[in-house]
Amino acid sequence: MNEILTTIISKYNYWGFILLMMIGLYAMMVKKNLVKKIIGMNIFQTGIILFYVSIGVKKGATIPIISHGHGKEKHVIHAAEYINPLPHVLMLTAIVVSVATLGVALALAIKVYREYDTLEEDEINKKIRDQAK
Amino acid sequence: MRILGLVIVILCGSILIYHTSDFPDWGHPASPASTHVSPYYIEKALDDTAVPNIVTAVLADYRGYDTMFETTVIFCAGIACFFLLRITRRMEPSVTLYRHLPTGITLRIEKGGKEPDDSNIFKRIDTQWVPYDLIINTTCRMVIPFIQLFALYVISHGHHSPGGGFQGGVILGASVILFAISTDLRTAISRMSERLGAFLSATGVFIYAGAGALCLVLGANFLDYSALAPVLNVNSVMARSHGILIVEIGVGLAVMAVMIWIYYNLSSAGRHDEGL
Repeated sequence: MNEILTTIISKYNYWGFILLMMIGLYAMMVKKNLVKKIIGMNIFQTGIILFYVSIGVKKGATIPIISHGHGKEKHVIHAAEYINPLPHVLMLTAIVVSVATLGVALALAIKVYREYDTLEEDEINKKIRDQAK
Repeated sequence: MRILGLVIVILCGSILIYHTSDFPDWGHPASPASTHVSPYYIEKALDDTAVPNIVTAVLADYRGYDTMFETTVIFCAGIACFFLLRITRRMEPSVTLYRHLPTGITLRIEKGGKEPDDSNIFKRIDTQWVPYDLIINTTCRMVIPFIQLFALYVISHGHHSPGGGFQGGVILGASVILFAISTDLRTAISRMSERLGAFLSATGVFIYAGAGALCLVLGANFLDYSALAPVLNVNSVMARSHGILIVEIGVGLAVMAVMIWIYYNLSSAGRHDEGL
């Protein structure tokens, strides 16, 4: 019983992110509306961003900004006192890039709407098939 | 299709959850991600670059090449939105609406009608429903300068506190977008034109790549800011700190301009006359 509890406590963050990713994947595959697909893509990205940020966590450590960073006297810096900065760096850029990809995706959706007057996938397919005839 | 999708998602999810048992525990100090390269960053960043915020040091110095191309990706996204959506030929709207400001009466002018030209009395409004926006206007006018001041603080103080070019650039862009929402798109474009947005986003990328190329000219590796020491008249450690600031300013400019540019194109679907 105790073992199961420790497993849950040490792993439940990953399960949460996997749940988010799967919600996003489901929305991208099954939903017919293009805007809902784009929202699904964003949920997927959020899951990955949270996953990376939680990788950087260390128990008992603080944010990666060195205290007593000013002044002349030297302090010894232990790596165990600060959380891992690398996932934060990667996700910092990934958040902005995800906003940019969201913008491009929405621009493509507007373009599709201009062409076919709808954002529903099956109606777009029907119109394409009608045009081919 | 719905059931097939559900099956795939559940299968994928259960495989992933099954394999989380191999993952390190949450917050374990000896997890693989925290053992190889990150201790070097934490222990040496202050000595190498004189930047207490390790995230900034890694972002703009150790991994500067990566960040340069992230900035380029954002710049490309702005250009892609422009080429996808922008309609350059002038489309005459079938109906334009003007508000007579002293009385609040709305004039509806059909195509071919004469439009009022006294901009102090008549104000063009969007064809969707536009409520009176005195409270929103006044609030935004008071708040926007402080948002922009805070954005500049976030960019310039990224060495010592959470912040940097990406965050500050987004806040700066958000202040202009807030202005566009609180008034209308035409007013915002008359203040910060599309041409300026395109120019600033290119300038931001140019500052970043230019700082790297300057290091190359001075005889060091690309983006090795310690080569800037004779130019900035400081020692090589402080030169890396100043180099990070230069690069962050470039990132901030590019991100701000691209956010605004994408917003202009998306909100009006490329026509730049009426939008949110």
